[in-house]
Amino acid sequence: MFYRETGQFKTNYADDMAIFPIRQDRIGIAIIIAIALILPFMVSDFVLKTILLPFLALSVAVIGLNILTGYTGLISLGSAGFMGVGAYACYKLTTLFPEVNIIIWIFASGFFAAAVGVFFGLPSLRIKGLYLAVATLAAQFFLQWAFVRIPWLFNYNPSGAIEVPLRTLFGMPITGPTAELEVKYLICLGFVIGMTWLASNLVHGRIGRSWMAVRDMDIAAELMGIKLLNAKLMAFAVSSFFCGVSGALFVFLYLGGAEAGTEFAIRLSFLILFAVIIGGTGSMIGSFFGTAFIVALPTILKFGAPAIGIAITGATAEKIVLMIIGALTIYLLIVEPHGLARLWQIMKQKLRVWPFPY
Amino acid sequence: MLHVSPNAATTGIAKGEVLLSVENVSLRFGGVKAISDVSFDIRKGEVRAIIGPNGAGKTSMLNCINGFYFPQEGHITYKGVRRQKVRPHEAASSGIARTFQNVALFKGMTTLDNIMTGRTLKMHTGLFWQLLRHGPAMREEIEHRRKVEDIIDFLEIQAIRKIPVGKLPYGLQKRVELGRALAVNQTFGTTIALIEHDMGVVMDLSDRVVVLEYGRKIADGTPDVVKADQKVIDAYLGVAH
Ligand SMILES: Nc1ncnc2c1ncn2[C@@H]1O[C@H](COP(=O)(O)OP(=O)(O)OP(=O)(O)O)[C@@H](O)[C@H]1O
Ligand SMILES: [Mg+2]
Repeated sequence: MFYRETGQFKTNYADDMAIFPIRQDRIGIAIIIAIALILPFMVSDFVLKTILLPFLALSVAVIGLNILTGYTGLISLGSAGFMGVGAYACYKLTTLFPEVNIIIWIFASGFFAAAVGVFFGLPSLRIKGLYLAVATLAAQFFLQWAFVRIPWLFNYNPSGAIEVPLRTLFGMPITGPTAELEVKYLICLGFVIGMTWLASNLVHGRIGRSWMAVRDMDIAAELMGIKLLNAKLMAFAVSSFFCGVSGALFVFLYLGGAEAGTEFAIRLSFLILFAVIIGGTGSMIGSFFGTAFIVALPTILKFGAPAIGIAITGATAEKIVLMIIGALTIYLLIVEPHGLARLWQIMKQKLRVWPFPY
Repeated sequence: MLHVSPNAATTGIAKGEVLLSVENVSLRFGGVKAISDVSFDIRKGEVRAIIGPNGAGKTSMLNCINGFYFPQEGHITYKGVRRQKVRPHEAASSGIARTFQNVALFKGMTTLDNIMTGRTLKMHTGLFWQLLRHGPAMREEIEHRRKVEDIIDFLEIQAIRKIPVGKLPYGLQKRVELGRALAVNQTFGTTIALIEHDMGVVMDLSDRVVVLEYGRKIADGTPDVVKADQKVIDAYLGVAH
């Protein structure tokens, strides 16, 4: 009986409407955040660099796509493109106005991605499913093209890449080559916690309900007075905002420099979609499970397999990773649309009655 | 089975003023006469059901009321004003809710969220406060949650509040759907419930029932009266279930 709601009676609706109404959940979240805060000082730089930083940066995009696909039922293959918009917006903003703190620019770059997302989301009013997937794929290719062909975006840098400049917070370097990994991690973590909080607030309120209503039955949603146009475009805006911030974090705090034409390619869009499906559509916690899966699996296979004596090359590992992710995605699509988040729920359900199952 | 709870006192069964009246409405699709010369009214605060065997014209009637279809003859008067063509989401704001013949709930959402969705038009706080879930957004959420809890008590569905409706049996889903329709109106407003095979569910929930057959009205009254009507019994016996 570690986990239970008995004896916790809600005396007002505000308590019952809290996002984590069960005390153990709140304690759990507090413990997770506490662990996340000390984690960078416990693990090697290698783990920090290859697993934790990309995990944090990408989880924001996975939450973003989950809002669009999991909560609103609209598919998108343009997530990486919207991430790229965020990354370039942040680069332009911080080189044009270096005196404004980079943290503000990372957040602000989300607005640029949101605007682009809304524009490419317009077709969703008319088309759904596969057709929408193709339309967003077009957005992805157009954006990738723009990242390479518009040299103004990368300040005419002959290498064609973003070079992340040194930026500080209270005199401490937070971006650029001299910034400590631990510092970058903590900045990323701050963004992840903040953005997750905003997203959960949104999906638990009126706007979140109208998204889910549109997903489950759009005709009935309309009869409830929900305007499909507003709901869908709002979902595209918020989703792309998250992708944009994720892209800025990805380049400024994880990669430290990037050719966005190659980094923000269709492959990443697919990986983000797979993370949503593997983690569980329409679940915040699932977004983290999914991200952890797609980020950790390649590293574990590439470096873990040789460590236990299985000789595989990096290229083979890469292929195996795609095969596993692909197979798991198809399996979950057919068998368990709620993904890993569902397993988590089942586990909690079991713990709720443990050790007296009857 | 359905107890009238104190907060349902406003229901004012069959005593309210006429909110909507259907007057000699006929609707044709090409040569098919879906509705022939049907008249009835809906009073403020009542739950009104339209039932009938397959092809009786229930869906067509509902669609006329909601503004999806415009009848060739007769008219529909709402609050004393003849209705022009309306758009579906405008129909929602006009105070008429409907339930679908086949349950049209939001399957992945909980009972509570489904019914809360019925309050959408009455909720106005914008994206900023929604993101923070504080201040006006929280106040509004609590205010509407109270109303929704009244409806949940009225329908006696407290136990399934947090269960995704897709997992509920048909009868309960119908109840949730009615709850959502009730939530659309400020008070226990007008609802049109529409059921086909499951006469039992309608009888439990409605104040008055209209029975259609082959596009014509064959009975109209309280569930007890309608249940005992010979024409209704014949109509339902004649249909394979
Ligand atoms: N869009 C349409 N075009 C042509 N005929 C139609 C259309 N909609 C309904 N009809 C016809 O009108 C008649 C009434 O149909 P309606 O769907 O209103 O009945 P119903 O009572 O809802 O039936 P059911 O119980 O089978 O849903 C039927 O004969 C049907 O074939
Ligand atoms: Mg019908």
